[in-house]
Amino acid sequence: MLWACILFPQLAMDGVLRHRADADSPLALLAGPAQRRVLQAVNPAARAIGLRPGQSLIAAQALSQDFATADYNPVEIEHWQQLLAACAYGFSSQVSLHYPRCLLMEVHSCLSLFGPWPRFEARLREELSALGFRHRITVAPNPAAARILANVHNGLVITDADALRQALDRLPVQHLGFSREAATAFSRMGLRNLARILAQPRDSLSRRFPAEVLVQLDRLLGIRPLALDFHRPPDVFEQRIELNFDVKSHQALLFPLRRLTADLAAYLAGRDSGVQRFVLHLEHRAMADSQVQVGLLRAERDASMLFELTRDRLEQLQLPAPVLAVRLAARDLPRFAPERRQLFDERPQQSLPWEQLRERLRARLGDEAVHGLSACADHRPERAWSTQSSIPQPISPLRPGWLLAQPQPLREASLHILAGPERIESGWWDGDDVRRDYYVIQTRSGQRGWAFRELGSQGPLMLHGWFA
Amino acid sequence: MIRLDRTQSRTGYCSSIQLNKNLPMSAVVALDRLLDSRHVWRGQAISSPSSTQSTGHTELDSALPGGGWPGSALSEILVATSGIGELRLLWPTLARLTSAGERVVLVGTPHIPCPQAWLAAGVDLRQLMIVRATGRDALWATEQCLRSGSCGAVVCWPMQADDRALRRLQVAAETGKTLAFAYRPLDEAVNASPAALRLTLDARELRILKCRGGLAPARPIATPALVAGGGH
Repeated sequence: MLWACILFPQLAMDGVLRHRADADSPLALLAGPAQRRVLQAVNPAARAIGLRPGQSLIAAQALSQDFATADYNPVEIEHWQQLLAACAYGFSSQVSLHYPRCLLMEVHSCLSLFGPWPRFEARLREELSALGFRHRITVAPNPAAARILANVHNGLVITDADALRQALDRLPVQHLGFSREAATAFSRMGLRNLARILAQPRDSLSRRFPAEVLVQLDRLLGIRPLALDFHRPPDVFEQRIELNFDVKSHQALLFPLRRLTADLAAYLAGRDSGVQRFVLHLEHRAMADSQVQVGLLRAERDASMLFELTRDRLEQLQLPAPVLAVRLAARDLPRFAPERRQLFDERPQQSLPWEQLRERLRARLGDEAVHGLSACADHRPERAWSTQSSIPQPISPLRPGWLLAQPQPLREASLHILAGPERIESGWWDGDDVRRDYYVIQTRSGQRGWAFRELGSQGPLMLHGWFA
Repeated sequence: MIRLDRTQSRTGYCSSIQLNKNLPMSAVVALDRLLDSRHVWRGQAISSPSSTQSTGHTELDSALPGGGWPGSALSEILVATSGIGELRLLWPTLARLTSAGERVVLVGTPHIPCPQAWLAAGVDLRQLMIVRATGRDALWATEQCLRSGSCGAVVCWPMQADDRALRRLQVAAETGKTLAFAYRPLDEAVNASPAALRLTLDARELRILKCRGGLAPARPIATPALVAGGGH
């Protein structure tokens, strides 16, 4: 077994920054009670103007006025951890959030699928950077050692026990994952790294230190296994982004929307499912949410496509009030069947497959705008067609190429009847009784039409189609 | 003597000889040298469009420069009114494409296509898609369909299409390598258009107004003879 530890040193900051378009302006996260707000984390730009974690807000404001603040929210952090675990679940089936702000995943079993570790690592880093999280990755034969090595290393790979022992021996005692009291006691006893500690007799250590210390030592060396509870992906996707200000235009909603759909796509890829129906809730103050329903004809999970379809539908919506928060909920997550493609595509320039094109047209023109055409077994012309696709019907007698939606009276004087009458009489059983004599007529200008006269009426011929 | 073929170019100009003023008129000028010094502009040989698709009407095929609809380009069909064989003109092409498994999209049809007649014309309705749209949406949908390259042919009925809109369609058809047809009213014949092929159709005759890659034949084709194959 080989364990990778992905440590997120600035999870809270990255989680806030990914919702902000201006990631390079100074930002500080605040924690603590309202009377004494303390800077919990700062980004590099804020560090450059002199802000430090642990400063009180008043001290920080005395230094500078032009930095933005946001709340340090533990619930958010938990949420990001779940998202990252879902993302990592796409690579490995054994993913654990045992340590805070850190992912443990078993990688040895997935090397045969994702290639040798350097390639796998590059791909992991690429995905995490795309999600907007800074990270450190280390690999070790046991999870506890991987976690400890991530404290000081980035990109270190250790595959055997001897190399692990060498790497751990040099680590200072503060970074070995002991409690603060134990670490202080070790350093006061002059045991400043792991090699010195392990040189001591085990029974004397057990007499002087609580049991957790020995347990941690054994875990680091892989003698005692670490019991991990593995991540299991949730069955529904639901994510909410609170906006920093009242948003009144669609344009300002596009940035959070892009994040939401990208997260949805990452989640779907991890679950190996697609989404067919999801709802975008736009939350207002003291009003019911505006909802943007997105329904697809087949399951999809491509991030850019989901974004584009949602945007098209969002742009049609009139915002009744300013938007305070955006929430995306997807409950219908069917299996994703990738589209089959020809190995040698006849149209190499085909940039957009028909399924995506159809979704794009439906998103802008309405769900009913794109349909097929088929013939129905009914003599009445109005009912002889349908928009559903069905099996082809046997060819019936002469019919015009165009059928008018509403028959129109023909007022032209010099009509020439070419054929007819053809009696169509049907529908007495469903209340839509039709008794008509149809003629093929030709107008003076050479148009050929299909017109009828109701049985027993003396009115003008009613035009019902064109032989176009 | 200098003999040059009065080849006619696609823009319709005749070749002309512009002799150098310094030369006496009686001087014998070698043709090669004239051509090399670029004093002679030579009409280019008819360049047939890269790919054409048969219209299914032999008489029309022989009149068109490449022997059919210009492939991956916009063809404009200007019709006087409904019911004069405008669909019969296109049905053989659509029937051939749909039976070959290509998708055909109709955007913004003016009336309901009657499935029985389309089936009788040989169009495979499973490959036929209809997009309901009007005005600018119809133009947008047509352009999307053309650009995607996932359709064999796109037929549209734009209501108010200006020069710019048609140019967009023409470019989209080139990008997606798709056949594009636009039905427009006959009044638009006086306006210039970027379409590769322009036809006018009325109850009596079909005229070719413009065809890329050749001179438009002056002689009209009688409509009844052309569309008689439809059987209606």
